[in-house]
Amino acid sequence: MATRERPLSPHLQVYRWQITMTMSILHRATGVILVAGAFALAWWLLALAAGGEAYADAAECLASPLGQLFLFGFTLSLVYHLLNGIRHLLWDAGWGFEIPEFYASGWAVAGLTVVFTLLIWLVASASGQPGAGA
Amino acid sequence: MSNIGTSGDPQRDPRRGTRDDDFRTPLKRARALGSGKGGTDHWWWQRVTAVVLAVLTAWLVGLLVSMVGADLAQARAAIARPWNAILLAALVIAMFWHAKLGLQVVIEDYVHERLAEILLKLLVIFACAAGALASLYAIARIAVLAPIA
Repeated sequence: MATRERPLSPHLQVYRWQITMTMSILHRATGVILVAGAFALAWWLLALAAGGEAYADAAECLASPLGQLFLFGFTLSLVYHLLNGIRHLLWDAGWGFEIPEFYASGWAVAGLTVVFTLLIWLVASASGQPGAGA
Repeated sequence: MSNIGTSGDPQRDPRRGTRDDDFRTPLKRARALGSGKGGTDHWWWQRVTAVVLAVLTAWLVGLLVSMVGADLAQARAAIARPWNAILLAALVIAMFWHAKLGLQVVIEDYVHERLAEILLKLLVIFACAAGALASLYAIARIAVLAPIA
């Protein structure tokens, strides 16, 4: 019997772009970014507990341009993962399974992520130097 | 039923014992052999920690924003307040647990080399446990060190 290539499922590239696919991979990507944020929080708490030079170094690090960029990326990822996570929890509850609802909730999360992220940084900037605790 | 016992290993065939003195029931022999393993545990605890984090990260963002511009003593005093310390401790436990569950799935999806997969999953467990313990230690120390305002 002739050996044939096993049939493959269609490759990702053949599908027309939909917001759902981008939202899905971004949820995973932001989750991985937030792991870095989790360890940064642990590092900051240890510096706060140690005090003295350790805290001064941590505060300086967070206030630096790179530190601020990290904090902004962290805020963006956190807001996105949180909002899209609520979207996931609503699906788990059986809500929003119509195709138009998928699209609507996807765009809502995308829009609200930008709004909330900017709002957090606006309030943080108004109440002192930008950057939490720095 | 044709799928059962196709591994060719009679020891793992739940339909029959291989020895006359094997008095276990077929159910007992079948348990823990299937793909169920942890059942819905991974899915369930990912959701439990997600619900905790949905509430507590919103609270933490508010706390951190209110601490902008605080000096060392002020920052410590804020973390040391009883409910802040308690909620922050709950948050770091849920956060590193959630991180472990999520990273585990990413590794299982993308790492197809068995040894690398196991080593990475071990690393994730150790690192997340260390992160949670270090955070809890720091919170406890801040709560003890800082004078209560």
